[in-house]
Amino acid sequence: MTEIPITADSPTGVAISRTGLLFAGLGLVALALPLVQFKPNRIVLGEGISLTAALGPPGWVVLLGLAVALLIGVTDRASLPIRLAIGVAGVAAAFLILGAAVRNLTPPDNNLARVSPAAGFWLLLLAFALMMADALSRMRLSLRLRWLMLAAVLAMLAAILWSGWLDGVSVMREYAARQDLFHRESLRHLILAFGSLGAAILVGLPLGILIYQVPRLKRAVLGVLNILQTIPSLAMFGLMIPLFGWVAATVPGAASIGVAGIGIFPALVALFLYSLLPVVSNTVVGLNGVSPATKEAAYGLGMTDAQVLGQVLIPLALPVLLAAVRIVLVQNIGLAVIAGLIGGGGYGTFVFQGLNQTAMDLVLLGALPTIALALTAGIALDLLVEALDHRKRRRDAP
Amino acid sequence: MIEIQNLTKIYGDTTVVDQVSMTVETGQIAALVGTSGSGKTTLLRMINRLVEPSSGKVLIDGEDTSRIPAHALRRRIGYAIQGHGLFPHRSVAQNIATVPALLKWSEADIRARVDELLELFQMSPAQFRDRMPYELSGGQQQRVGVARALAARPELLLMDEPFGALDPVIRAKAQQDLRDIQRRLGTTLVIVTHDMEEAVALGDRIAVMDKGELLQYGPPSEVLTQPAAPFVRELIGEGERPFRLLSLTRVGDIAKTGEAGGETIPAGASLRDALAECLWSGRSALPVEGGGVVTLDQLESRAAQASVA
Amino acid sequence: MARLLLAAAALFLVLFLASPESFAGLFRPFVTNNAPAIYTQTGLLSLTLSHLGLVGVAVLASTVVAVGLGILVTRPAGREFLPLARTVTSIGQTFPPVAVLALAVPILGFGAWPTLVALFLYGLLPIFENTLTGLTNLPPEVSEAARGMGLTRRQRLVQVELPLAMPLILAGIRLSAVISLATATIGSTVAAKTLGEVIIAGLLSSNTAYVVQGGLVVGLLAILIYEAFQALETRTARRIGLARR
Repeated sequence: MTEIPITADSPTGVAISRTGLLFAGLGLVALALPLVQFKPNRIVLGEGISLTAALGPPGWVVLLGLAVALLIGVTDRASLPIRLAIGVAGVAAAFLILGAAVRNLTPPDNNLARVSPAAGFWLLLLAFALMMADALSRMRLSLRLRWLMLAAVLAMLAAILWSGWLDGVSVMREYAARQDLFHRESLRHLILAFGSLGAAILVGLPLGILIYQVPRLKRAVLGVLNILQTIPSLAMFGLMIPLFGWVAATVPGAASIGVAGIGIFPALVALFLYSLLPVVSNTVVGLNGVSPATKEAAYGLGMTDAQVLGQVLIPLALPVLLAAVRIVLVQNIGLAVIAGLIGGGGYGTFVFQGLNQTAMDLVLLGALPTIALALTAGIALDLLVEALDHRKRRRDAP
Repeated sequence: MIEIQNLTKIYGDTTVVDQVSMTVETGQIAALVGTSGSGKTTLLRMINRLVEPSSGKVLIDGEDTSRIPAHALRRRIGYAIQGHGLFPHRSVAQNIATVPALLKWSEADIRARVDELLELFQMSPAQFRDRMPYELSGGQQQRVGVARALAARPELLLMDEPFGALDPVIRAKAQQDLRDIQRRLGTTLVIVTHDMEEAVALGDRIAVMDKGELLQYGPPSEVLTQPAAPFVRELIGEGERPFRLLSLTRVGDIAKTGEAGGETIPAGASLRDALAECLWSGRSALPVEGGGVVTLDQLESRAAQASVA
Repeated sequence: MARLLLAAAALFLVLFLASPESFAGLFRPFVTNNAPAIYTQTGLLSLTLSHLGLVGVAVLASTVVAVGLGILVTRPAGREFLPLARTVTSIGQTFPPVAVLALAVPILGFGAWPTLVALFLYGLLPIFENTLTGLTNLPPEVSEAARGMGLTRRQRLVQVELPLAMPLILAGIRLSAVISLATATIGSTVAAKTLGEVIIAGLLSSNTAYVVQGGLVVGLLAILIYEAFQALETRTARRIGLARR
């Protein structure tokens, strides 16, 4: 790829960064929009309150600070590390400001009133997060540093949450009201996403190896798995309930090993079925990608079939396999939300309960952790895939 | 000693290798040469049973190879191929240690053997042991490939175009090194090549194959002076024959007493080199290092043997 | 053989949507307690049309915006945005569609709008990513030749780069359409008129026949749209001399 110019000269001779201009634009619009929403109770629509109105006179100082930070990014004076620092600090600041605004606005003796983040907050968060992402994607940091970055950002957000600074925010009040349930559903969600992934690997990997060795099977197996993918998730989850209800009732012993038409089981199976295609097809692609010379050498040196598979083919196919794991995990974390609709548990429980009661804070309580989980899993697995690929990078035959 | 008896491979209705019989003596190099599709690679791969013969058999030191489990047989036979086939996910040391590890050698033995082989191939163990294949040059990758093939001290080494991916300069050096190492270890070697020059440079015996048949099997001088078939003649290249023949003999072997002026030529140089030197410097005789001379007349009469046949 | 199956699927779909009641026998086995076998609250045909309408509008909008953005970030003026665009698309794809849908509700209220916006946003990513790949992975000798012959930037884009990237862009639109088709069913949890309504009605009343017919129609639509796009891609690829598959 050609060198990317970071700045473009404007006629006046002062260099400006176009991306910086975008982030500043977003951020300044954010500052003009209402930062939070004040609602007399949890289900009515509230009124928007701006940053300065929420924080009082100190708000003007904060506003000025944010504007300056955003404008620094517009000039080319700011190096990439500085932009990164501004981005990270900005994200943290957005949360801290939100907490402060909520503290100021919540009446001390009113348990019904709610203060929730509004468009201004979300846009401010977006502007700084983009600035952070932009700097990171250009800095070409080493893998180790990117792992550290991920850990640092997560730790920062966790610290803000743990500190209690945001406890007054509407979502956190919903959380406080059902702490135990939230933890239970979090566990459920993780079991749904990781359990179905584990099962898909246990079944999909051998199936992929089988197809690799008996290519005749490829069309039929991948054909069936492809058709499974076209079944809309709602219907897939919906079909599992009567199917396994029937199985549990008619097949002796099925119920005793956990097969059931209600609860977590049907959801787990639905997610498992969706996960098979990526695992199987990537296994085949990965195995087929091993160079014939390498395979030939492995057999020629006297490895048995099992040794060739275990010591050569699978290790070399691992990056492609891991890419499938990434796809499946991210997809399942998202799809597991649907389980909430059929009583399978997970964060979907809050999302759909919230939608039913038009309690948007409750929807957020389900949606935000889902997004955070999917994002973290996606980024972490991307880093893992890259680490493996790097170690096994191959020099192409001359 | 390897005895190949009536070895045949048939795929569908194509006969790829047709009733080939030949014997390679212990410690010798046999070069299988032919165009692509001649069946030379299939023949080689039937020796370590990467391809199972349709009929016929292979005996190694009198033992029928079909009686040994294929993977156990292959662990006794070294195998190196074009493009080296190094495992990209394993370090140089791990690659070389492949067969010893399969044979469950002790860790100390494996380590010692890896270092020994790296030294043998002039790659400093400290520097190269932990490199990954992609960090090596083409020539280094090829050497590691051969070292890996030799790791468990096989008595027999099979090579399929091992130098195919190397450029000409590195290639000549690699051939020379291989020959030295083979002499030192006394390994029997069967090598497949499409290049007659390489076959002449390396082989104690040359087997010329075409369309699955073994056309001629004999020492290089015999193949060059008495080609058994028009195809063999074609493969040698009509214009190249005298030079190929001259390249077989060392100057030291034909030096006679006498005097000549000018720079000396090493006794180890080939007659081909001597001829080139004569023509280039306009001399009719060259002094040989360590005494004696070699004359242009001698070279001419040697080269003329090619046309006798 | 495959074509015949597809044609049969298409025919079945058309007949079923034209007169669902005639197929009641097919769904009767899924029904218990004498519940109706065919969803009649809203016509299946009208639900299908509004489902397809939502998907069509969203995908069209995604295509225009995504291809436009793809072109922008590969021009000198927009190059600066390329690394950011790559990061945002890769991260954007990890956002669960259901969560996006749920988050759109507080801003847009219930109904078709949040679904449309979620479909649009989610549809952007595959098209944008493929446009980017198509425009940045041109054979270097081709772009060299185009430059050498004196084509202007705009001419190169219109006459060389876009036509060569077209099969990949179409593949992106196909992915986007198939994803949207499935995601639109979830849209009925926020009261959009889509085939998801049939499935949800089935879930609420434990009527498996509803779930099956809703799933069947969406699944068949997905397969047909997928295959239609693939045929189009193959034709486009063949026309520009790129062998596919």
